[in-house]
Amino acid sequence: MKALLIRDMRLAMRAGGGFGLGLAFFLLVAVIVPLGVGPEQAVLGRIAPGILWVGALLSCLLSLDRIFALDFEDGSLDLLATSPMPLEGVVAVKSAAHWLVTGLPLVVVSPILGLLLNLAPEGYVWLLASLGLGTPALSVIGSFGAALTVGLKRGGLLMSLLVLPLYMPTLIFGAEVVKRGAQGLAVATPLALLAAITAGSLALLPFAAAAAIRVNLR
Amino acid sequence: MSIWEYANPKRFMQTSGVLLPWVTGLALLCLVVGLIWGFFFTPDADKFGSTVKIIYLHVPAAMMAISAWMMMLVTSLIWLIRRHHVSALSAKAAAPVGLTFTVIGLVTGAIWGEPMWGTWWAWDPRLTSFLILALFYLGYLALWEAVEDKDTAADLTSVLCIVGSVFAFLSRYAVLFWNQGLHQGASLSMDKTEHVSDVYWLPLVVCIAGFVLLFVTLVLLRTRTEIRARRLSALLARERLA
Repeated sequence: MKALLIRDMRLAMRAGGGFGLGLAFFLLVAVIVPLGVGPEQAVLGRIAPGILWVGALLSCLLSLDRIFALDFEDGSLDLLATSPMPLEGVVAVKSAAHWLVTGLPLVVVSPILGLLLNLAPEGYVWLLASLGLGTPALSVIGSFGAALTVGLKRGGLLMSLLVLPLYMPTLIFGAEVVKRGAQGLAVATPLALLAAITAGSLALLPFAAAAAIRVNLR
Repeated sequence: MSIWEYANPKRFMQTSGVLLPWVTGLALLCLVVGLIWGFFFTPDADKFGSTVKIIYLHVPAAMMAISAWMMMLVTSLIWLIRRHHVSALSAKAAAPVGLTFTVIGLVTGAIWGEPMWGTWWAWDPRLTSFLILALFYLGYLALWEAVEDKDTAADLTSVLCIVGSVFAFLSRYAVLFWNQGLHQGASLSMDKTEHVSDVYWLPLVVCIAGFVLLFVTLVLLRTRTEIRARRLSALLARERLA
């Protein structure tokens, strides 16, 4: 498992793996929005939580098809499926690797982007907390979408259509945490719900994704 | 005699062929009676005026939109567990019908909401979860279309249906989970006294029965079409080989 995790992370980080693309996209979203809505600090501060969450979600979506597609093409997914490790474990490890190279960097740079968008000072802790809790769910849900569409030629667009509705609850509660945190309100309820979504999808979706991969490898 | 006999396409075609005209007739009867009764022979509500009459389309359509996904969930599970093709095909047949009901629910809700709440759309939990359900129907249909191999498509859409049923349940119970929001709570219940008064209740029940029967009609019809399409492609394939 550890070997697979390290292999996936290496593949993602070396040239052609697309590491940093998601990060750059996230940065661009945060730069483009003030240009679009105008540089008024008050307006920006109010929409910052939503923009940061939508940006994180979209940049996560960008790299999803890499989770399984490359391994499917060169046949290593077949090898992984026949290895002694259960396929559910493979899925879990691969989404963990996806989170480590995509989700975690987003979490780390998000305060800087919050600065660009004039997020209220009280919001930074909750921005880190909500993204840290929420992005694993994005990776796991995304790996389910990627597993469903792995056999398709141009599955990227279809995958977005399948994955985005599944992302919505995470987005709603994640942005709610930051919004309430920035206004100095209590954040316990949306934070608990966000954690529940992450825990639930971590526990259940690898099974669904593994089932979909078995079908696609048949 | 068990339900599994209808897993045989031939038995299914025979039985559904006999049933179809009756179900169609009953659906038409219930819809015509229920809608005419509801639209023309019930008084205007004091607070709502005549806009209340859209309830005869809105509530049954919304109920069936969620029920259709539940039916797809059951037939998908049957397909995954027992591999009966009729089951998978009926799930495929139900999806566009369910999508249509979802859209009817959303549109009638918007038309009703405009005079009542002063807005076509609000990001209320129930409305939002219903919109997500509509998107799920779209994704489900797109996945059926995208995968070429029929059995693979049936398997993948079944898995998607199981995952998506979380949202179907969510939109069913959204009113109970979140108290806030514009959408009112349940207005129909068998055990409580808080439902709408009998004048509106009776035609509404007839309309709901009509929508259920309409759903059954359309699903039977579409499943029969799917089975015929399968037979046709099998015949064509055989001809090409010969």
